[in-house]
Amino acid sequence: MSTAKDRSPAGSGLNDDIGEQKRLALYRSQLRLREAEQRAFDLFLQNLVKGTSHLSLGQEAIAAGFAEAMVKGDLSFCTYRGHAHTLARGVPVEKVLGELMQRDNGLMRGKGGSMHLTSEEHGVMGSYAIIGAHLPIACGAAWRAQYRGDKDVSVCFFGDGTTNIGAFHEALNFAAVWKLPVVFVCENNLYMEYTPIKDVIPIPQPAADRASAYGLERILIDGNDADVVYRTAQKAFARARAGEGPSLIECLTYRHSGHSRADPAKYRPEGELEKWKQHDPVNIYRDRLKQFGVSDETIAEIDASVRKEVDDATEACKAAAPPSLDIIFTDVYADGGWAWRN
Amino acid sequence: MAEISYRDAVTRGIAQEMTRDPDVVFLGEDVAKPGGCFKATVGLYEQFGGIRVRDTPISEQAILGAAMGAAMTGLKPIAEIMFSDFIAVCFDYIANEFPKSRYMSNGQTKCPLVVRTANGAGSRFGAQHSQSVENWCMMIPGLKVVAPSSPIDVIGLMAAAVRDPDPVIFFEHKSLYNSKGEVPDGEIVDTLGTAKILRPGKDATIVALALMVPRALEAAERLKIDHGIDCEVVDVRSLVPLDTQTILGSVAKTHRLFTVEENPRLCGWGAEVVSIVADEAFYDLDGPPVRITTPHIPLPAADIMEDMVLPTPQRIVDTIRRSLGS
Repeated sequence: MSTAKDRSPAGSGLNDDIGEQKRLALYRSQLRLREAEQRAFDLFLQNLVKGTSHLSLGQEAIAAGFAEAMVKGDLSFCTYRGHAHTLARGVPVEKVLGELMQRDNGLMRGKGGSMHLTSEEHGVMGSYAIIGAHLPIACGAAWRAQYRGDKDVSVCFFGDGTTNIGAFHEALNFAAVWKLPVVFVCENNLYMEYTPIKDVIPIPQPAADRASAYGLERILIDGNDADVVYRTAQKAFARARAGEGPSLIECLTYRHSGHSRADPAKYRPEGELEKWKQHDPVNIYRDRLKQFGVSDETIAEIDASVRKEVDDATEACKAAAPPSLDIIFTDVYADGGWAWRN
Repeated sequence: MAEISYRDAVTRGIAQEMTRDPDVVFLGEDVAKPGGCFKATVGLYEQFGGIRVRDTPISEQAILGAAMGAAMTGLKPIAEIMFSDFIAVCFDYIANEFPKSRYMSNGQTKCPLVVRTANGAGSRFGAQHSQSVENWCMMIPGLKVVAPSSPIDVIGLMAAAVRDPDPVIFFEHKSLYNSKGEVPDGEIVDTLGTAKILRPGKDATIVALALMVPRALEAAERLKIDHGIDCEVVDVRSLVPLDTQTILGSVAKTHRLFTVEENPRLCGWGAEVVSIVADEAFYDLDGPPVRITTPHIPLPAADIMEDMVLPTPQRIVDTIRRSLGS
């Protein structure tokens, strides 16, 4: 929430409901996600990122907007396309790149990989690679908050394709019936994987047009405008904290890259990517800052400091050791080991 | 000390833990106001209230997912899956989510929960409501798997499961709900990963689980009285962790091994037990280990057919006599 304190002095043009400090944070966050993921892609081309990776290039406003509206204690539940959501909660770029590069300095020291980024100290309660699995899990975390009277909100991100799996519908119904403090965020990037989402649903909007089935408001927003995302998140969080139940928010967006690193995205019609690049969230927001009177110098300072973090992280990861093999057998069970017999 | 049913032991075990720890919560289909499909949770809703004992929609994925999210963030949920066959509907949580989150997160994520479910045949419900599916869970690294055979073990192992920091799948046998046993007053807490020798013997070891335990005991009694064969009966109780030392110790004494399994033949838990004994105690054996199982077929519904395929005391007696050449 913005307060009078973080609003800029009168005359700067930034004295609206979001405020200058939050706007600068939203810009920094989006740029950081963009630069870190662009670097991940470059490192993949150099064969330094192994396994798979699913980038959110073009979708940064959603991760940044929601994360900036969250407070400490709020919980994020992400998908395999979770780098952006993890970084947006404040996890260092080095930790994420280290995991993608399968180094000992990675977030999970190479035991999870790109699709399972988890940092509980930052409220990132896991990235889930089985479509839909984390919607019920977010419900459970929200049930704990309801049971204990905690005020945190569980925020669950997923793609448009997830709206066709059973767990989505089970979780929406469950959350609505129990009035749980959970916010479901559908990132509709128009493609379930390679197939257009419109080819596999009988309605125009995969999430928004299903909200009424669970007694929820139809919410469809521009997911490439961080201000819109941030305001929508605040409203949903306030509703959740007030005990009024869940929200389902569909954010329209577009991924600039393929589904995963193996996908050149040749199924997209000609001109579609170029059209969406005219509506790039980072560019939109840089223009927004200028429109509100932020100087080119301030923007250049943010750009430089973000690039430095990504550059430093890259070098640290290149220099980092591979994971120690002695952790292969740790943490299968809570005693730290893997023994299944005596 | 009092004689109570296996069914009432379930209620008592859950109530004992809910009384002890306010973080223990319980959810499932028809478990609260209706008291459970098998009436094994009657009175918990009245005792602990609707915020701790909650009826859910018919949504097995939501039930297990919600249990996991609650467990990750500080509660100790007990979730019921009405029939163990329905584990197939929510197997993602059993196979991919509960057991792997701690490992994949390099130890960050915890998952202290119990899934209790009604397992096994004998009710003439047919192939989708009668299976013994403990082996579906035993094969997954990161889970613990328990299947008690008596009221006192239901309470003690339930307490151990709830207090355990790992995900535990707790198989209750639906044909044992009406069985009775002596249970002492006061708190009962057992230990996971411990088998029990229920009957000492010197001629052969019979290793059994759940409903097969009373059948093995009956067979051992008949073998002794009618044929002079003195069998030791081991109740495995816990498939993971597996108490191999008790089993190996018994085989070292009797030199023969028979497993009695309700699950269909392929990849049953007995195969793992036989493999361990063959590997580590081959020279203790005086003859081949023998698995007595349900044949590798879906279970038929009709009583005379179901009775034919489950291991019975008579089949255990005949198999052991034939194998021992008596």
